[in-house]
Amino acid sequence: MPKKGKAAAAAPAPDPEAAVEPNAPPPPEPVPPLAVLYCEVCTYPPEYCEFGASLTRCKDWLKESHPDLFDRYYSDEALQAKVGTLSLEAQAKLEKEVAKKEVKAEAKVEAALKKKMASQIIIKRSERNKRKCITTVSGLEAFDIDLKKAAKQFASKFATGASVTKNLQGLEEVVISGDVSDEVLEMIENEVGVLKGIPEENVELVEEKKKKGGE
Amino acid sequence: MFKKFQPATDIAGHTPVKSSVQRSIRANVLSQWKIEPETLEAIWPKKEGLVHVKCREHISIYTVHGEPLIFQHFDGPFYPTLRLLHKYPYILPMLKVDRGAIRFLLGGAHMMCPGLTSAGGYLPPAEAALSAGTPVAIHAEGKEHAVGVGITKLGTEEMRTINKGVGVETVTYLGDDLWTLQTL
Repeated sequence: MPKKGKAAAAAPAPDPEAAVEPNAPPPPEPVPPLAVLYCEVCTYPPEYCEFGASLTRCKDWLKESHPDLFDRYYSDEALQAKVGTLSLEAQAKLEKEVAKKEVKAEAKVEAALKKKMASQIIIKRSERNKRKCITTVSGLEAFDIDLKKAAKQFASKFATGASVTKNLQGLEEVVISGDVSDEVLEMIENEVGVLKGIPEENVELVEEKKKKGGE
Repeated sequence: MFKKFQPATDIAGHTPVKSSVQRSIRANVLSQWKIEPETLEAIWPKKEGLVHVKCREHISIYTVHGEPLIFQHFDGPFYPTLRLLHKYPYILPMLKVDRGAIRFLLGGAHMMCPGLTSAGGYLPPAEAALSAGTPVAIHAEGKEHAVGVGITKLGTEEMRTINKGVGVETVTYLGDDLWTLQTL
């Protein structure tokens, strides 16, 4: 925020000075940045979409949101100009390669999605002392959730300690002190805060009884 | 450099930079890039602390408000990130590769001399020749925006005469892991 405020304050300042000394050279001003449009599908500038792995989708996006640019990059003349330097054979080969790449990328995305859908979130309640529990939530990272933020959210929501630790398998999980498994489940269902995009059926509640030494 | 870069494993730590060090970085950047002090002030205000993100293999990335702006390898020259270069394309000298090379550049390859000397490529004229070891913006034939940032391995005149082998080593390019990394 201070950045913005400063820029706004600096902009009108040169004007009164210029009025006082008309002969003095205007004070140097920062050169404004170029606004570069990036494709929302592949994040490249749209002119490079053709080299990305999602050309068809990029094209659709550009056509919809920036029709003028679409005409510039994908009109017949533009395509002609691009092809001009290449032989027909090479062009066909290139096109084939692009199509292949696209299929591959799509398959990859699909596989990743499938894996995501198959991955489970496990909310485990384990006993620490006789009457005290800790709740561990593992598998959150598969859904692109920032574990640190999730831990912070849990901690402030339940007013307990919550942290990110590595478990025996070396995977990171959120550990919350206190028995809050039902509340966590509820939060995931209601998609509170950072807990977004988790299908309910992937969440599992597990209860772990510690071997009771005394009894 | 950033073909494989995982923030989770490759970053050793974030540290705010001392103001004296910031001053020297600012001076170096001003002398190495063709940038006006006012513009640099606009992208990196003096009041805003620079954060040094230390990465493996002696790579340092400098961020302002979590946005990577400058990076450096060991004690080498400062490079702007590609997103910064897109906003201020004139800060680095420009080279151009021909259309055939774009594909390889986007795969992370270094730029060979023939791609720069051919009809679609562009090298600065003899009077503005660059020496080896200069950071350059790599543009591409028929494209408006830069596609990568590199460092010359040969002087531009040498590239013309030798016309073989690596001319520009690619440092970062469109679609690499530094590009995907929008905030740190």
